[in-house]
Amino acid sequence: MDFITQLLNGLGLGSIYALIALGYSMVYGIVQLINFAHGDIIMVGGYALYVMLVIAGMPLWLAVLAPIVVCGLAGVLIERLAYQRLLTHNAERISLLITALGVSIFLQNLFMLLFKSDAKTMPPMFGSGVFELGGLSVTYSTLINIVVSVVMMIGLQMLVNRTKIGKAMQATSEDAGAAKLMGINTNKIIIITFAVGSILAAVGAVLYCNTYPQIKPTMGNLLGLKAFVAAVLGGIGSIPGAMLGGYLLGVLEQLTKAYITTEVTDAVVFAILIVVLLVRPAGLMGKNRKEKV
Amino acid sequence: MLSVTDINVYYGAIHALKGISFHVEEGEIVSLIGANGAGKTTAMHTVSGLLRSRTGDITFMGESIAKTEPHKIVRMGLAQVPEGRRVFASMTVEENLEMGAFIRSGKDKAGMDEDLEMVYTRFPRLKERRRQQAGTLSGGEQQMLAIGRALMSRPKMLLLDEPSMGLSPILVQEIFDCIQEVKKGGTTVLLVEQNAKMALSISDRAYVLETGTNFLEGAAADLLDNEQVRRAYLGA
Repeated sequence: MDFITQLLNGLGLGSIYALIALGYSMVYGIVQLINFAHGDIIMVGGYALYVMLVIAGMPLWLAVLAPIVVCGLAGVLIERLAYQRLLTHNAERISLLITALGVSIFLQNLFMLLFKSDAKTMPPMFGSGVFELGGLSVTYSTLINIVVSVVMMIGLQMLVNRTKIGKAMQATSEDAGAAKLMGINTNKIIIITFAVGSILAAVGAVLYCNTYPQIKPTMGNLLGLKAFVAAVLGGIGSIPGAMLGGYLLGVLEQLTKAYITTEVTDAVVFAILIVVLLVRPAGLMGKNRKEKV
Repeated sequence: MLSVTDINVYYGAIHALKGISFHVEEGEIVSLIGANGAGKTTAMHTVSGLLRSRTGDITFMGESIAKTEPHKIVRMGLAQVPEGRRVFASMTVEENLEMGAFIRSGKDKAGMDEDLEMVYTRFPRLKERRRQQAGTLSGGEQQMLAIGRALMSRPKMLLLDEPSMGLSPILVQEIFDCIQEVKKGGTTVLLVEQNAKMALSISDRAYVLETGTNFLEGAAADLLDNEQVRRAYLGA
């Protein structure tokens, strides 16, 4: 029973990784950019929630909408201000990467200026009780994480596979030039992709703050890095891959904490990344893309 | 219908098109022929808006499209079948055709079905493979799909870039028959080809490009008899 409890805890943690990993993967799929500022979007979402809930004293249902709106806008703004010119002028991949790192540093310092660098504690939000059944005992927040992430995943799959916008996203990801020749406004598709990825990260931020009620300006670093590992593990560019990578990473991390020791958790996580990349460079569900000429 | 005047296109420091001009009248098939590196594909990409000219102008149906975004050019009725087919490999044949109709309203289900049927009638093999991923098709089938996909936007004018590339002679014949049918259906055609003989045999007029400049132009029948063209491009 203890093992199943740990497994569920791992899935709960993995749900957060998965939601963030989706943003990395979707953006990479469309513009082949590792958006290192994506981790900081979670931080932005955390502070948006904090401002609404603690400083403005808004009701919870209203406060949780703030990160969704703020992160969505932040994602679009970052794309427009930092990346768009580089993308339209076909800048070198390395320029994009350095810009992404720059945006990340900018966001962290901006929030240190605005809110000081010390950690802020979030009030309890929802699902603080413990669910017990037989020998099984998990917090409701863990179950909420899993359910919400699965619902978001299904929603995203429907968006990508069933709607015209989603099909256009697939086409742009596969061959942006050919997509333009179909009459697809690929700039618009890129903006939508950043918005959707950031909104998923915002949901991840709400779940994170609910599970681990503390925020600080640098919280996006490790969280973002792990979600990036999850995306690479699953096969960057693949939506189901990002989900699988996220869950897998959460479970492995939790099992390491429970049955080995907490200290080696991050070492195990990154060791797994290295092994997977050695054996399957494209990730678990990644396709070996043909180089475009 | 399409008029390209004095366009200069660069890839970084490379001057790829050095003041090329050509025009296509409604109902014509016009070819751009020339060797590798003559600038044929660059010209096509510039017409579709994927590349920009630093000088001159491009007008389509009387409107300048030199600064128009590619997706808007498609909406004006100018579709391109790109070099190397560039079908969406992970999508099915039918999804590819639906992408071709992207600019049309999703509500026009009847019109969409009608056009799908039109493409399937023209290329029965695509119908057999409608649920198959486009990446699994043979080169000839992919070319048919690329043409069908472009026709789904109901273009007034179709640009075809090297449709015969890598295909067997029988398939080349089939593709060129199809191009002539497209013309009969009322769509104007601008064709880029290395297979100059085939291209000239179905064209009304043609332009010969050489290293980014206009070299020769004229009625296709005259060019077929032109000594310079015969020696340089027809291997005779």
